[in-house]
Amino acid sequence: MRRLITCVGAGVVLYIGLVIAQGGGAPAKAKAATPEIPYDSVPNFFKLPASLYMGEGIGVATNSKGHVFVFTRSGETRLLEFDQNGAFVKEFGVGSYGFAFAHAVRVDKYDNVWAVDEGTNVITKFSPEGKILMVLGKRPDPLDQLSLLPGAGTYSGANKPYSFHRETDVAWDAQDNIFVTDGYSDSRVVKYDKTGRFVKSVGTRGNGPMQFSTPHALAVDASGLVYVADRGNSRIHVLNNDLTAKAMYDNVGAPWAICISQGPHQYLYSSNSFGSGSDWRQAETTGEVYKMELDGKVLGRFGRAGKALKEFSSIHQMDCRNPNELYVAEITAWRVQKILLHPEKMQTNN
Amino acid sequence: MMRFARRVRKDQAYVLIFLAAAIAGGASLGAQAVPDISYDANADFLTLPPNTFLGEVAGVATNSKGHLFVYTRTGHAVATLGDERTFYHGGSRLFQFDQAGKFVKEIGQGTYAMNFAQQVRVDPQDNVWIVDSGSNMVVKFDADGRLQFVLGRKPENIGVRPGPGMPSDGKPPAEPPAGRGAGPEGGRGGGGRGNAVPGIGVPGDSFNRPADVAWDRAGNVYVADGFGANSRIAKFNKDADFQKSWGQTGSGPGQFNKIRGIAIDNAGNIYVADAGNNRIQVFDGNMNYKSEIKNIGTPQAICISGGATQYLYTSNSNDPESMEHGEIYKLRLNGQVVGKFGKAGKMAREFGMVNAIDCRSDTNLVLGEVWNWRAQRVTLR
Repeated sequence: MRRLITCVGAGVVLYIGLVIAQGGGAPAKAKAATPEIPYDSVPNFFKLPASLYMGEGIGVATNSKGHVFVFTRSGETRLLEFDQNGAFVKEFGVGSYGFAFAHAVRVDKYDNVWAVDEGTNVITKFSPEGKILMVLGKRPDPLDQLSLLPGAGTYSGANKPYSFHRETDVAWDAQDNIFVTDGYSDSRVVKYDKTGRFVKSVGTRGNGPMQFSTPHALAVDASGLVYVADRGNSRIHVLNNDLTAKAMYDNVGAPWAICISQGPHQYLYSSNSFGSGSDWRQAETTGEVYKMELDGKVLGRFGRAGKALKEFSSIHQMDCRNPNELYVAEITAWRVQKILLHPEKMQTNN
Repeated sequence: MMRFARRVRKDQAYVLIFLAAAIAGGASLGAQAVPDISYDANADFLTLPPNTFLGEVAGVATNSKGHLFVYTRTGHAVATLGDERTFYHGGSRLFQFDQAGKFVKEIGQGTYAMNFAQQVRVDPQDNVWIVDSGSNMVVKFDADGRLQFVLGRKPENIGVRPGPGMPSDGKPPAEPPAGRGAGPEGGRGGGGRGNAVPGIGVPGDSFNRPADVAWDRAGNVYVADGFGANSRIAKFNKDADFQKSWGQTGSGPGQFNKIRGIAIDNAGNIYVADAGNNRIQVFDGNMNYKSEIKNIGTPQAICISGGATQYLYTSNSNDPESMEHGEIYKLRLNGQVVGKFGKAGKMAREFGMVNAIDCRSDTNLVLGEVWNWRAQRVTLR
């Protein structure tokens, strides 16, 4: 068990088992026959600075000057030095790679301070000044341990009125009703009124009518129609304001991001994003953004997959308040690009 | 728990194989007398700000001004518990020091990709590149530390749900799905699995434990990918667009078993540290196989010096469970060994799991040590 804990860089969730594993002791045979030694305990010996608190007291040792070293499991595991009167002197190894779960501290005859940490499998030797002089042991490669932690969820289909499961987008109509695509782990569109009261929810996972496979984005036009980017099915659903089916556009690739421009003549933009941003077999067939009329007529496209300027690596959201001035956020290029469209320079084939 | 025990045995098996291979390599070394190169060393030349510590030093590299960049595993990777998933960040930091070893600044604080430092390199324009084998990413910063571009993508979350809590009942948890970060936008990594050819990976920048990065004279980028499921070299143009990849898992020419480093000489030849096969393979600029260099142990870090007459350095680093080996070889580019220096250990002048060599100058080297949490200056005489 201990090895398990030490192996995980962020083992916070795991140490309960260790506490349980430390059992109680057996009664001492000599207790009844041995006289008691009188003793006192010095109250409030350690003077901790404000905002510094002791955690589990795990290790304690003194040096030749009588300074006291305390190795404690606080929010972080910390190594604290106090003088012979209990006044705080300094802290050792703040944020050290070797501190995760304290186990012991010892001071050698040169007053070097050795910290034994069972969370990292590392023993750190500090000079009296707190400089790291040597490390023993090797903190395990956390990547080998990641599979032991909670991971990816699955489709829940829970369809609860006021709980989402990895929801993806939000939009509003002219009456301020609220529409939500929900999402990766549910697969539905939810409508609330402007006060946040649940009105309706439609959709299950699948590829049939009124089914979605990762509804990833949505937009509402001025007349109240709801456009849902059904990414996994490579189609855009158009829903009436009461979330009944109206139309379907399935000729613009996988809609990762959609938006509708403002103004008297609204346009619909949809990004057939280079989804992985890294599997370049997809680059030939993805990366472009489509400009459409609201009725689904495709007016044009721009962009291609790539990481250079003017290329799109994996668009995740777009803003098109102004139809010719777009902002696009890309996952795998770590950037947002401002795009200026010049439709007046378009060359038409017919 | 059983599952974990199995895992440990497997690791031990790897270690045994590794040791056997290393011993075999060492035995063949005995056949030829390799001269010792005398050297001075300074393992304590960096000045850090208060309460800042180096952890495992995975990468070291100098720029044209002599500033040193250190990419180190320090602090902790932090997991954030979400509703259904666990996210992680942190765990590594990139520091810049001046010629005298004085701390200049930190670069990329809190960057999404900095999870498990693997390497840092400085290109001819003084851009600073980090390779992170935790996020499976390569990040390019300019000389001032501004983000230029990234290659690869970190898995969205830790990829497997083993069931409620830890498997404390002795029963193995469910088999994890392939790769980490499985999820609608995180279903990546694990490249090489499910492919007909092991280690060939996915064309593009889906890295699996990438090890190193290098550039040709045109500025094309070569990523050594890597020592996980992938065994390939991936090439990108200067805009980071994918060009091509080569390699698969194996022991033949053009095949790799745990790639640990890559370096390119002035003529454009590409040197790949094929650690699992105890050799450095040499390719031309189109990755056509030319030759292999053996009898240098297990190349865990390689470097080609600057200047007109270039030398190749390779470290036969100790593995974490032994203090054997650790020597660094100096070779001519044709593979002829000039000499060797150093041995494994924890004292000054000794080398602990060298993971990086900076050899901008062919006599003044900087080593990055994983075991000893330090950078060490070495001056060859």
